[in-house]
Amino acid sequence: MNAPDADVVLAADGLVKRYPGTVALDGMSVTVRRHEILGLVGENGAGKSTLLKSFVGLVRPDHGRLLVRGAPVALRGVQHANALGIAMVYQEQSLVPNLTVAENILLGSEGRSVRGGWYRWKPLFAAAQRHLDRLQIDVDAAARTDTLTFAQRQMVEIAKAMAIEERTQAEPVILLDEPTSVLEAQEVERLFEHVRHLRERASVVFVSHRLDEVLALSDRVHVLRGGRSVAEVNPQQADVAELHSLLVGHASPDSHYHLEQQDDAVPTQRRLVVSGLATTTRTAVSFSAAPGEVVALAGVEGSGREAVARGIFGDAARTVTLTLDGKTVALRNPRRASRHGIGFVPAERRTDGMIAPLSVAENMSLSHVREFCRGPFVDVRAERKAVRRWVDRLGIKTPGLSTPIGALSGGNQQKVTLARWLLSPDLRVLVLDHPTRGLDVGAKSEVYRLIRDLAAQGCTVILIADTLEEAIAMSHRVLVLKDGEIRAEIPAPADHKPAPVDIVRAMV
Amino acid sequence: MTIIPEPDVVRTPAPTAGPRDHSRSRRWTFVDFAPLAALVVLTIGFAIANPRFRTLTNLHNILDTAAVLAVVTVGTTFVLFMGAIDLSMEGIIGTGVMVGAILVANTRNDNNLGLAGMLAILVVGVAFGTLNGVILTKIRIPSLMATLGVSAIGLGIGTMLFAGNPISVTDPILVGLARTRWLGFTAVTYVALGAVIAGWLIQKYTRVGRYAYAIGGAEDVLRLSGVHLSRYKIYVFALAGLFYGLGALLLLAQLGSGVVQAGSGLNFSSIAAAVVGGTLLSGGRGGVLQSTIGVLVLAVLGNGLVLVGVSSYVQNAVLGVAVVVAVAATTWPIRRKLGVVK
Repeated sequence: MNAPDADVVLAADGLVKRYPGTVALDGMSVTVRRHEILGLVGENGAGKSTLLKSFVGLVRPDHGRLLVRGAPVALRGVQHANALGIAMVYQEQSLVPNLTVAENILLGSEGRSVRGGWYRWKPLFAAAQRHLDRLQIDVDAAARTDTLTFAQRQMVEIAKAMAIEERTQAEPVILLDEPTSVLEAQEVERLFEHVRHLRERASVVFVSHRLDEVLALSDRVHVLRGGRSVAEVNPQQADVAELHSLLVGHASPDSHYHLEQQDDAVPTQRRLVVSGLATTTRTAVSFSAAPGEVVALAGVEGSGREAVARGIFGDAARTVTLTLDGKTVALRNPRRASRHGIGFVPAERRTDGMIAPLSVAENMSLSHVREFCRGPFVDVRAERKAVRRWVDRLGIKTPGLSTPIGALSGGNQQKVTLARWLLSPDLRVLVLDHPTRGLDVGAKSEVYRLIRDLAAQGCTVILIADTLEEAIAMSHRVLVLKDGEIRAEIPAPADHKPAPVDIVRAMV
Repeated sequence: MTIIPEPDVVRTPAPTAGPRDHSRSRRWTFVDFAPLAALVVLTIGFAIANPRFRTLTNLHNILDTAAVLAVVTVGTTFVLFMGAIDLSMEGIIGTGVMVGAILVANTRNDNNLGLAGMLAILVVGVAFGTLNGVILTKIRIPSLMATLGVSAIGLGIGTMLFAGNPISVTDPILVGLARTRWLGFTAVTYVALGAVIAGWLIQKYTRVGRYAYAIGGAEDVLRLSGVHLSRYKIYVFALAGLFYGLGALLLLAQLGSGVVQAGSGLNFSSIAAAVVGGTLLSGGRGGVLQSTIGVLVLAVLGNGLVLVGVSSYVQNAVLGVAVVVAVAATTWPIRRKLGVVK
């Protein structure tokens, strides 16, 4: 632990980054040493990606220091970070698909292989091939990038990151953000070999949701929670369960879940039957839910829960077939789902959930504007009347019904997007994807109450919760997904809530 | 609690030993050859339908009419690579033609700048193209609107220079471009051929060309790689302007007089040609040679329809249908992924 400072190549010292309504980094301190693989683990919102982004200059911390080889720096951007030998392999693959591998590796720093704007392909291919060969990556530098497999592209990304080696004097620091999320088991093994190989010439920061992978690969692990590093773990002495209990923390059960409102007597009839809903090309899930039941989908990112949520709402590549109140319905698109009384509140409220410049009234009536139409015309008075009713009932704080929804606070925006489905004359299933994301405690509590009310009225709720705790507290039943399949089904009655660790076991 | 037993392996291993191909590999597909196939089918079809179509003179005709469009379309193709659009050809050509007509030997004034006058047309093209790029990147106006505006400016300036009187050009070299024939083809056609080859070389061997292509593929990646995006966007529009300027020069040679409306219809035809050739409007796909095939398809279609007796009014409609069909055909395999189309 007491390594000499000279060994620290990259350090975050008390970084703080605030966004409106959330704190992404809250005094984050992490060190990366020479020739080590540092693992970073944390739940969503723990600050992993903000930390990585501040390491490459994409995010500027409000407070705190960033030290590169002992010297404090204020990174101006990716180029600046690269010049200091820090490069990131992004989670969403960041290669230009219609260029050759060589162009991608040397993008923006082609050096002598482009003279006066003219490409000299041979030296360019040779230079890129040299980078690939040095990492023993079996890819042709002249190949078009979109002819490669995902695994190959991942390797090319690493080669691209390592190419900064030639431009800097010092050994690089390579940041790997979820590099294994799209890889098969043997591809992961191969990637790990490369990363271990890389350690001889570089330092590596490895971020993954897969705790087993982090333990297998890392020399040291930082556990992040709530925007700070809460523990440093020696992988040789820890196991997945231990790591996970550190990850989840000891959150106290909160009263704002309105547990007293959870109805225990869930009817035995089946409102929704999902059978063989594809989560990936090779996996599918089946389950059913009763009227008034809240079913939580738990699982790490990439477990397939988003695919299930969107699938139930008909937002999938293929037509989804469900059984709704005993009737088979084919959902070709979200419109069909909406007609059948299925609603969806997406996770990305700002981009998918609302239309910021439109008014509160227009946003709320968006899905059911037909209800207020006389012929081709919207009966604005009827629309406003209905909207007004829900604004009052949900206590939505807005200066007026014509106020653009973008001007409201996050909690009130979310209530409007929820109310959009409450306007439905026949809401039977409501799918909620992270309905409390980015909300403060008070607003969360109100959303929870709304979910309870809906359930009490017999609406089936499918919930992807922000935290495990929320999933357990709000649901009657937790379905645990992993790798696109349901791995466990855990009942969660109000008087006998399961412990998070039981769910975690099935998740990881 | 029912925990479904977990298999020993963390993840199902790939069924095959080799690396599995998840990617939507970009291999040659039918769509890539469709424009060429369409060209062949149309040519054979018209050749059967009308004997006058299959004469050497008609081949000369087709290529001579296609020449200007081919040059302009090379420029357009680079803009389309980026996923941007350029509707400024008519205006740029309007000014270019008038500037050229006034500066070379003509019937209005005593100017006789010869080659320098012709060079001025190209300068006009580059200047307007640069203006397009600057408006797009600095004032951040979408290319659709920016280039429409620039087109109007170009037509306005052209009209001012026109001043109500057509000007005939008498410069022997310029006029000669459209009259001199080698092997039956006018010099204009050879210039166009040269422009296409130059365009192809630029696409393949220059940073401007490659980056234009890459911007259409994944603009964000370039930005994160530290590429000076706005600079290259301006270069691309300037390059396109150069080709429009050359198009103006050739048009002036063909018409023999300065007419502001010389480029009328080229906005639509050049984008249509590029698209028919397989260049994707969302960028990142296609090429100068493909676009040129598109130009030939349109030229053959236009020529053939006249020969089989379709009125020129109906021709435009047929052209429109051809474009829509071509776009539908090129985007059909990926229509699910296109998402919202605005």
